[in-house]
Order: sequence, then C-alpha cells, then structure tokens
Amino acid sequence: MTVLAIADHRRGDLRDVSYELVSAGRQLADATGGDLHVAVISGDVDEFGEKLNLDGVDAVHTVANGEEFNHDVYAGAVEALYAEVEPAVLLMPNSVNGLDYAPAVANALDLPLVSDAVDFSYDGGLTATREMYGSKVETTVDVDAERVAVTIRGGEWPATAGTGDAEISAFDYEPDGELGSRVLGFEEVAGGDVDITDADVLVSVGRGIEEEENLELVEELADALGATLSSSRPIVDAGWLPPNRQVGQSGKVVTPDIYLAVGISGAVQHVAGMKGSDTIIAINTDPNAPIFDIADYGIVGDLFEVVPELIEQFN
Amino acid sequence: MKILVTVKEVAEVEDDFEIDGLGIDEAYLEYDLNEWDDYAVEEAVQIAEAGDDVEVVSVTIGPERSEETIRMALAKGADRAIRVWDDAFEDVQLLDVAAKTRLLAAVVEQEQPDLVLTGVQAADDGFGATGVSVADEVGFEWAAVVNELDLDAEGGVANVRRELEGGVEELTEVDLPAVLTIQTGINDPRYASLRGIRQAQRKEIAPMGLDDLGLDASALDSPIELTGMREPESESDATLFEGDAGETAAQLAEVLREKGVGAQ
Repeated sequence: MTVLAIADHRRGDLRDVSYELVSAGRQLADATGGDLHVAVISGDVDEFGEKLNLDGVDAVHTVANGEEFNHDVYAGAVEALYAEVEPAVLLMPNSVNGLDYAPAVANALDLPLVSDAVDFSYDGGLTATREMYGSKVETTVDVDAERVAVTIRGGEWPATAGTGDAEISAFDYEPDGELGSRVLGFEEVAGGDVDITDADVLVSVGRGIEEEENLELVEELADALGATLSSSRPIVDAGWLPPNRQVGQSGKVVTPDIYLAVGISGAVQHVAGMKGSDTIIAINTDPNAPIFDIADYGIVGDLFEVVPELIEQFN
Repeated sequence: MKILVTVKEVAEVEDDFEIDGLGIDEAYLEYDLNEWDDYAVEEAVQIAEAGDDVEVVSVTIGPERSEETIRMALAKGADRAIRVWDDAFEDVQLLDVAAKTRLLAAVVEQEQPDLVLTGVQAADDGFGATGVSVADEVGFEWAAVVNELDLDAEGGVANVRRELEGGVEELTEVDLPAVLTIQTGINDPRYASLRGIRQAQRKEIAPMGLDDLGLDASALDSPIELTGMREPESESDATLFEGDAGETAAQLAEVLREKGVGAQ
C-alpha cells in the first residue's frame, strides 16, 4: 500500500510537522509493506527535497511553483500527484495551511477525510484515533474505503531524522488558468513592549478568570513573583490582553524556567506553545483538565481562593 | 449582496461526565451555538450593517431542538434561516465532512450567495474541514482560518488575513464568490438584545428536507464509522498539593522559592 505525504513549509523552512508526517507515513507503509512517497510543493524544492530524503522515505517528489504556499497551487498539485502515485492513503498536515487545502483535495478526489488524527492503525482498513469535545474524549473511527485522505495533528508523531536513499524527482505541474487567490505577504502580530519569549517566569491566565476585572488579581500575582503576564487564546480573543501576550500554536512558543498556568485547561493548541517550559505549574478547579497531564506541580482548586493566598506568601 | 452563514449547535460537556456506548450521556451535555460560528455570524451582521442591501441568511443542519440555536443567529441580526433536517438523519451515526458538504452545497446552489462564512471548526467533532470542502464542491474560492476581513464587493475580492501558527499572519486576496472560515477573535460577538430576541421569533426558519435539496438518503452515506469512545488516560505525574487554599499556596510558594522566584 503506497502512502503519499505532503510536506509543510513556510518562509524558507520545512515545518516540524513535515518530519512527523514521515514517521506517520512510515508507520502506515510498514503496516502494509508499502512505499512511502513524500512531496514538497513551492519554495526552494531542491533544498527541501534533499532534507526530506529521510530514513524510511522511498521517493520524494518536488513540485517547483512559486515561493510560498498558495492553496490553489497546492490543491491542483496534490491532485495531479495523487493521479500519478495512486496512494491508498494521502497524508497531509492539520496545520493552518493543511486546513486550507486538504478538505478541497479530499472533496475533489472523492476521498473520505479523517482530519486531525492523533494516531492510527491499519488492519485491512484504516482505524484512526481522533479527539472530540475539546480533547475531553478520544474516539476511534474505522474507514471502510480503499483510499482515504488523513490530516495529522502536529506533535503526535516523533520527527524522523537520518538520511534515507529515496529517489528524488521533479514533478511538473502548472495550474490551469488564473489563480483565485493571491498571497500578498506576511506580518508578525503586534510586538508591543513586552516579549514573553524572553521571560524566565511566566504567569499565564486563561478562561478560568471569567471576567476582565479579575485580571487584576493575576497581574498582582505576576508582580509579586517578579514574573511576566501571558495568557491563553480566549483572553486575547476577548480583547483583555494584546496578541503579543498569547501563548500557543497561533501565538508565541515560550520556554521559561517556570510556567504558572492559572485557570487554563490546557487545550492542545495552548500546550503546543508552552510544553517546553522547564517547570510547569497548574492551578485549576477541574482535576481532569489536560493541563495536569503535562504539569510538574498542581493545585486542584479555585484560583480565586488560591491566588490571593499565593500573593500573600510573596508580599 | 447575500451572505450565507453556516452555524452548528454543538454539545458542551461538563467537567465530570459519563460515556454511554459511542456517545456522552445526555445528562452531561449542554447545547449551544458553536463558538467559531458565533464570530462568523457577527462578521456577517457587521458587513450587513455597514452596507446597503445586504441579506444575511443562516443555515444549520440539525433537529428541531437546534432552532433555539439558530434563533440566536436571527436575534443577532441574520434576516432569515434555513434548517436542514430529514427523518433519514435519525439513523445516521456520523455525518462526515462529505455528507455535510453535499447538504450545504445544495443550499449554496439554491441560495446563490456572494459570500459564505463558516466557523473554522466545530467544538464537538472538530473536523475543521466543511467550509473548504463546500467551496470546492460549489466552485467558489476560499480562505481558511481568517482573522481579519476587508470585503471589496464591487471589486469582486475579499482581502483577508489568515492566522498562521507562531504569531504570523498571511495577507491574501481572494476572488468572490468565496467561502471564508472564520477564526475566533476576528470581532467581538454581540449578545442578543431582548428586542433582537423578540424580533427573532417572527423571522422565518425554513425547514428543508433531502427532497427540497434535490438529494436522497444516499447523500448521508459515509464510509467513516465511529467505533469507540473513551476518556483519555491521564498521563499526569504532577505533584498535587493537598489541603485548603492557604495550605496549597504555602506549599507551592516553597517550591517557587526553591527555584529562586520572588528573590528580589
């Protein structure tokens, strides 16, 4: 069974999920004794192609077309590659760019789509593990089809390293007619005066704070600890803190000595931005909150009771 | 112009819950408008308020209970609503992306909107794929994970920012008609006013079955079957401090001091 995995890159660098896709693809190819093909589209495909010649990769297809991601180019190129390689499983990343082309490709190729898979197995057919209800439950889905499109969640498979002996070849693809979307550029989110990636100690606040006026309590804690204040996404969405304070997949990736998560449940998108912290401490009322799975220390309790006591300890 | 907004009633799960077979026991579920869709509704209503002659139509796939949710969209300013449902749905175990695409694409074909707004994903099944899939099916352009929208209807384009990972935004121009999947934070969704809620009672919610959409029960067929549901095993090896707030805070303070926190 042939597996075709599509790499992800941005602004000249292959993204981590590309190396993880190789592990996931190899896992499936091994289960069926098949080949793993990897494709990279746009950008410096010669350099990317060399880097994707990883342990376990049988073939690398490079598609030179433009510098950066454009979903019309990606969708068209993946569909053309699919026709050429005829894979049983088409693997794509559940990244922001994956979200922007994988569903269109699956629909155009009439493939069932299993998105955001965190694990899978193959025994005559694909069984994928997915999460539902904001990671509160884990589900398995069986796919009764000979061919399937799957997007994988970043960070769930190890990154593959080690050079392989893949055949690297250029694949010619030119889109038909004019593109319906044009990428005009990139911008970093507002920097502001604070760089949370520099902080040794972060006090990070989440949805558990409930009201904007309660933010003062956590600010007071940050002051008492000599820490910098950061937050999870809902606080920034609500406009209570500026975007440069946001930790997570769509915010900043931080690696402080101490990360104190206050009223943060630990959604996967948040964890992606802070799991590299040396010491993680969580204060949350829900003992089953995923943040406790990665915490080193925790208090299962009401932040409105614990935080004032903690401030007291340092004043 | 006409804007079609897809909304979904999603189940929210309480902190403590029980799994019953392949679902969560009803007693632990609360139903609400999907968070991402709330932002999509707000974006559509703001466009309508800023321009003349803009109609906002909201569409949902759901049983009668979901009328409560779609009335929220009407109360916030949508002009009318469509609810897609059919007896055939009762037997469907999992409405996958392809099935939802067939249903919503049929609505798009009938309504012929200039713009379709959807949430990036639904908080329950989290496929994050329906909007872009529908765009492909109806031959519209699209953009996923949009956190800023500047519509130039006369110029026939939407200028959007897509929120990439790592605090980077992509600036993209998309031809209309288009489907845009809306990210939270793009705006500040309003609360439905009492007046809006009263007005919503008088607005139309048109029921549509498979026949009305020119489809039959095969449109619901899916090769994807839900086969298991469980609570994820906790991998926690955290040291949990025990006691009342004062005691736990004191223990945590000790750890923090050992690590040099608070030393001025």
